[in-house]
Amino acid sequence: MDTLVDNIIAEASGKEANIKMRCRDVSVFYAEKQALNEVNLDIKPKQVTALIGPSGCGKSTFLRCLNRMNDTIDICRVTGEILLDNEDIYDPSIDVVDLRADVGMVFQKPNPFPKSIYENVAYGPRIHGLARGKAELTQIVEKSLKRAGLWEEVKDRLDEPGTGLSGGQQQRLCIARAIAVSPEVILMDEPCSALDPIATAVVEELIDELRQNYTIVIVTHSMQQAARVSQETAFFHLGNIVETGSTDEIFTNPKDPRTESYITGRIG
Amino acid sequence: MPSTALFVLLVFSLIAFFAARSKAFAVAGDHIGELHSRPIYHGAYTTLTILVPGIIFWLLWNFIATRWISASISSQFSETLSSLTLPQQEGFIRDVMTLASGGVATFVDETKITAAQMVAEIRSRQLWIGGSILAALSVVCCWFAYTRITLKMRARHRVEQLIRIMLIVCSVVAILTTLGIVFSLIFESVRFFGRVSFLDFLFGLHWSPQSAFEGAGSEAISADNSKVFGAIPLFAGTLLITFIAMCVAAPVGLMSAIYLSDYASQGFRRIAKPVLEVLAGVPTVVYGFFAALTVAPAIRGWGESIGLDVSSESALAAGLVMGIMIIPFVSSLSDDVINAVPQSLRDGSAGLGATKSETIRKVVLPAALPGIVSAMLLAVSRAVGETMIVVMAAGLAANLTINPLEAVTTVTVQIVTLLVGDQEFDSAKTLAAFALGLILFFITLALNIVALRVVQKYREQYD
Repeated sequence: MDTLVDNIIAEASGKEANIKMRCRDVSVFYAEKQALNEVNLDIKPKQVTALIGPSGCGKSTFLRCLNRMNDTIDICRVTGEILLDNEDIYDPSIDVVDLRADVGMVFQKPNPFPKSIYENVAYGPRIHGLARGKAELTQIVEKSLKRAGLWEEVKDRLDEPGTGLSGGQQQRLCIARAIAVSPEVILMDEPCSALDPIATAVVEELIDELRQNYTIVIVTHSMQQAARVSQETAFFHLGNIVETGSTDEIFTNPKDPRTESYITGRIG
Repeated sequence: MPSTALFVLLVFSLIAFFAARSKAFAVAGDHIGELHSRPIYHGAYTTLTILVPGIIFWLLWNFIATRWISASISSQFSETLSSLTLPQQEGFIRDVMTLASGGVATFVDETKITAAQMVAEIRSRQLWIGGSILAALSVVCCWFAYTRITLKMRARHRVEQLIRIMLIVCSVVAILTTLGIVFSLIFESVRFFGRVSFLDFLFGLHWSPQSAFEGAGSEAISADNSKVFGAIPLFAGTLLITFIAMCVAAPVGLMSAIYLSDYASQGFRRIAKPVLEVLAGVPTVVYGFFAALTVAPAIRGWGESIGLDVSSESALAAGLVMGIMIIPFVSSLSDDVINAVPQSLRDGSAGLGATKSETIRKVVLPAALPGIVSAMLLAVSRAVGETMIVVMAAGLAANLTINPLEAVTTVTVQIVTLLVGDQEFDSAKTLAAFALGLILFFITLALNIVALRVVQKYREQYD
C-alpha cells in the first residue's frame, strides 16, 4: 500500500520536477558488507550529474546500480528503488538487456574490443538489431563516431583495430560505442582517469556537447573536472550522500562542513 | 669407491661453506654493511669453487680410468684376445670386469682370473692417484677462495655468474639431446631410403612390411620392396582417428572450458577443474582396454542393430575414446586463456546490453582465439602421437579407407609392430620405423610451428 502511494507521489513529482532517474533508499551490500546506505538522488535529464567523493565512498557502486552492472557480481545485493522514466529498473519484468541499451556505460580504463574500429561501434547496433542493412549500420557507425568527435581522426582507417588508437581516442571510441545503441542516459566511471591532460580536455569538451542529447552521470576524482563539466553534483562520503545540488552551489557555497572540507582538500 | 670420493668432496665443501661464512663475518667485524657481498655468498662462492673443478676432474678421471683399464687388458692379453671373435672379446672383457668387482662370471678360467687381479690392482692404484689429486685440487681451490674473502670481494657476482653457467649447461643438454634424437632418426631414415625409394614410401598406397620378408636373408633388397612400404594408409588412418578424436574433444573441451570460466560458480570450478584434469592422468592403456572391451563392442552391436557392417576393431571406437582422453588438454588450456581475457572487455560488452552468450561468442572467444587454437593444436599432436588406444581398439590392418567403421592403423602403431619381434636391426623393416618416426616428427613439428605462428600473429590483440 505504502509503495503504491509512494509510486503515485513519485510519478507525480517526477513529472513535475522533470526527473530522468529517481533513486530512493538505495542500499548495496557486498556479502555482509554495506557499501551504500539508503541513498536518494534525482538525476535531471540532459544535464551532467557529477558524483564526487573520496575513494571507497560508494560512488562507483552507485553508478553501477543505475544500469544493473552489479548484477554480474554474485555476492552483490541491491535494495531500494531506482526509477528510469518512472519505471523500476529492478522490477522482474524489466529486461536488463533493454535497460543497458537505454543506460549505456563508459568505463574507467578504455576497453575497446580487439576488433576493428568499425566493428567496435557496430557491435551494439548488431546485437540489438538496430540496423536493417549494411548501409544503415554504416550510417549509425558514422553518426556515432561523429557525435563522439572521432570521425575526422578515424574515417580513413575504420578497418584498423580499435586497440591501436591512442588512449584518448580509445576512450572516445568507447563513448561512440555506447552512443551507437542510442541510449538515453550515459554513465561514465572516471572516464578520464587513465588519460593525459590533453586527451582529458578533449573528452571533457565532448561530454559537454553530449549533454544536448543525453543525460550523463559521471563519477570523477577530480573536483576541477566536476566543476568544469557538470551542472549537478552529489557528494558521497562513507556510503552516504552528504549533499546534492547544483554544481555552482556546491562548489561556492557548500552547506555541509564535510563537503567543504573535501572540496577545499582537507579530506579525501 | 668413486662415489665415496664425491661424498667426501661434498662434505668438505660444506665445511668450507661454514668456514668461509664465518670468516666473512669476522672480516666485516662490526661493520657488516661494508661487506660487498653478504657472508652467505662468500660461503657459496667457496663451496662452488671447490665443487665445480672437483666434480669436473672426477668425471674426467673416471672416464680416463676406464679407458686405461681396457687398454691395459688388451695390451697384456693380446694373444688371448686375438684368437677370439669380436663378441667373444667383448664377453672376455665383461667377465674380467665382473670378476674384478667381486661378481660371478659365466665361464671362469685362469687367464680371466689373472686379468681380473690385474684390473683390481690397477683400480685401487687409480683410486689412490685420483683421490690424492682430487684432495690436493680441493685444498688448493679452498685456499684460493678462502684467502680472497675481503670487504671488497665480489662473491655475489661470481656466484651469480656460476649459476648462469649452470643454467646454460642444463639447457644445452636438453637441446643437444633433442638434436641427437633427430639426427639418429635422420641417419637411420637415410639408410632406409637407400633401400626403398623415398617417393614410393611417401606416396605408396600399400603397406604390408611383413611381406617383405617372406623369403629369408637377402629379400630386403628385392625389387618389390618399394611396393610394400607405402605410408599413405598409415597417415590416412592417423588422420582419420585424429579427426574423430578432435570432433569429440574440440566441442566438448571448449564448451566445458567456457562453462568453467564464465558460468560456473567459484566453488564448482574449484572442484570440477581438477576432476577434469584427472582424465589426463588416466594411463592411456586403461583408455585402450576401455575402448577395446567396452566402446568397440558397443559400437558394433549398435551398428549391427541398424544393419551396418561394423568391424570389431574400428577407427570410430579408437577415435571416440582418444577424444575423451584429450578433452582435458583442450578444456584446461582453453579455460586458462579464456580466463586471461580481461574482465573489462566482458564489462564493456555487458554494458552495451549484450547477453552472456553474446559476449562470449563475439568478444571473449575472438580475443582468446590464439590460445584456443594452440590448445587445439597441442591436442592434435597428442592425438597423432597416441599409440596404446589405437593398438588395442583400432587394429593393425593398414586399410586405406575413410570409413570410420572399419579397422585402420596409425603411424605410431606400425612403429611399435615394426620394432617388436626378432628382426635384425638393419633390415628394411626395422629401418622403416625410423622413417615413419621422422615423418611423424616433421608433422608434429609443423603443427607446433603453425601454432606458434597463430599465437604470434594475434598476440597483441588486447593489451
